[in-house]
Amino acid sequence: MTSGLLFAIVGVLLFTMGGAGVLLLDHLLRRILAFNLMGSGAFLVLVGLAQRHDVADPVPQAMVLTGIVVAVAATALALALARRLHALTGRMELPEADDD
Amino acid sequence: MTDPGALMVWLILLPLAWACLAFLLGSGRGAQAAIIGLGLQLGLTLLLAVMLSGAGAASHAVGGWPAPLGIALAADGLSVLMLLLTQLIALPLAVYAHAYFAAGSVEGRYFWPLTGILLAGLNGLFLSADLFNLYVTLELVGLSAVGLVAAGGGVSQVAAALRYLFAALVGSGAYLLGVALIYGAYGTVSLETLGPLVVAEAPRAVWLAGGLMLVGLMLKTALFPFHYWLPSAHGGAPAPVSALLSALVVKASFYLILRLWLDPFGALVARAELLAWLPMTLGSAAILWGSWKAIRAPRIKMLIAYSTVAQLGYLFLIFPLLGTAGARQAGMMHVFAHGLAKAAMFTAAGVLIKVTGQDTVAGLAGVAGRRPLSLYAFGLAGITIMGLPPSSGFLAKWLLIEAALQQGHWIIALMVLVGGLLATAYVFRVLRQAFLRAPRAGELVAVPRTLELMAFVLAAASVLLGLRGVELMALLSIGSAA
Repeated sequence: MTSGLLFAIVGVLLFTMGGAGVLLLDHLLRRILAFNLMGSGAFLVLVGLAQRHDVADPVPQAMVLTGIVVAVAATALALALARRLHALTGRMELPEADDD
Repeated sequence: MTDPGALMVWLILLPLAWACLAFLLGSGRGAQAAIIGLGLQLGLTLLLAVMLSGAGAASHAVGGWPAPLGIALAADGLSVLMLLLTQLIALPLAVYAHAYFAAGSVEGRYFWPLTGILLAGLNGLFLSADLFNLYVTLELVGLSAVGLVAAGGGVSQVAAALRYLFAALVGSGAYLLGVALIYGAYGTVSLETLGPLVVAEAPRAVWLAGGLMLVGLMLKTALFPFHYWLPSAHGGAPAPVSALLSALVVKASFYLILRLWLDPFGALVARAELLAWLPMTLGSAAILWGSWKAIRAPRIKMLIAYSTVAQLGYLFLIFPLLGTAGARQAGMMHVFAHGLAKAAMFTAAGVLIKVTGQDTVAGLAGVAGRRPLSLYAFGLAGITIMGLPPSSGFLAKWLLIEAALQQGHWIIALMVLVGGLLATAYVFRVLRQAFLRAPRAGELVAVPRTLELMAFVLAAASVLLGLRGVELMALLSIGSAA
């Protein structure tokens, strides 16, 4: 097994764990952390799979940098909304969906 | 400007420019800049459409840097149609929003910057030529849409925004993992290069990538059973925001599914013919479930939001038929019909809610005599949603039924007809209530005339477009093989 493949497999595992966390957890902070885990998993796959000839490929690294910027922005937005919800309701969980 | 490349770049820069300007001007300001900018964008899009229908599909390397280091833009018939729809809907909505958000209102504080970024993201998405740029623009659209949903600042709005944000992040995360797997397999993310590379004998990782991208995008398009986040987000936002989200934002991820399904993944899809019935089955379920919930919804904006869930279902009925140009035309016609009609419905409902001060369907009793123009707009939009001639909704359904019967898939034709009947039930629920004799001459709040006019313009466009459908669909063939 090459190191690249190892990175990719770990990445897929992290992604799956993170994805399950975002969907299944209740606490907002945990969900936000889980989203970041998910993103890191995808970045690991991106960088890992591209290293096939032991030469680093610059394109996926540029992509991961862009991806990190997007993830930071998304995390900041999620934290701001979670804080607002906490200030309004005093809880860090989403209220029941009001969909009628 | 005789170069289509320059037009494409300006279509992304202009909304960003007026978004920044609006942000600098301070809360609630910048509407004039936005309306001027949108007017220019509409002109540029029309120019681009004319140019491409003469010269065929075009591509452009931004700043003279070719891919993979630079960013490539590309426009063909499909992109031009989506661009046209975006500017066509955004311009009247901007005029509407200018009148809707009174000076100093909390809801409208960040409307203009967020809308500008949203439109820049949408235009960028329709023009992107590689999978990774598509991811970035998809996130841009998602994050600014979440911001717009949360703008009211109440508990239900913030909760709806968070629910929407998590759905959007999981969706684009799955898409990004798909992109990573594709890059690992082929070493490129350019749509053009990937087209010939992805063959039926592709490695398993590519199938997995395709699956991840499809599921992620379905989540963002709110296809049943992934629609759970949509009603509270679209139904709880201020009327101009609901209209933008329902008419445009969900169509962006649909556009991406269609684009990927047709081109880079075409070979895979052709190998597994049964795969096309998955979106079709979910789409049918969406039509039934969304209509049922719309028929029972007590609040009018929830009724319209569930109607969006149902109408999005139609878009997925076309997948088993995609071999013919007719099915693609039906799909795009429905995107136009639903976009214009849903924007009209949300704007008209926004007026009615402002006027009566109530957001329930029951509260509309007797509104027909007081606000005939808004109700007329709602009714016209209803004609398109139900699919009565000569509206664009009728044309879309006609094309879809024709394509379905040609290929012997009567079940699809049946779903279209059932969906139309169910739509009639919820549209008439609103109209019936509005025409009831009002129990008392309740207090009605005065609203600016512009609001009603813009709702009417959108609704009339959705109906009249049916008469000009042929010209519109001629654009779709630009740069496509069939």
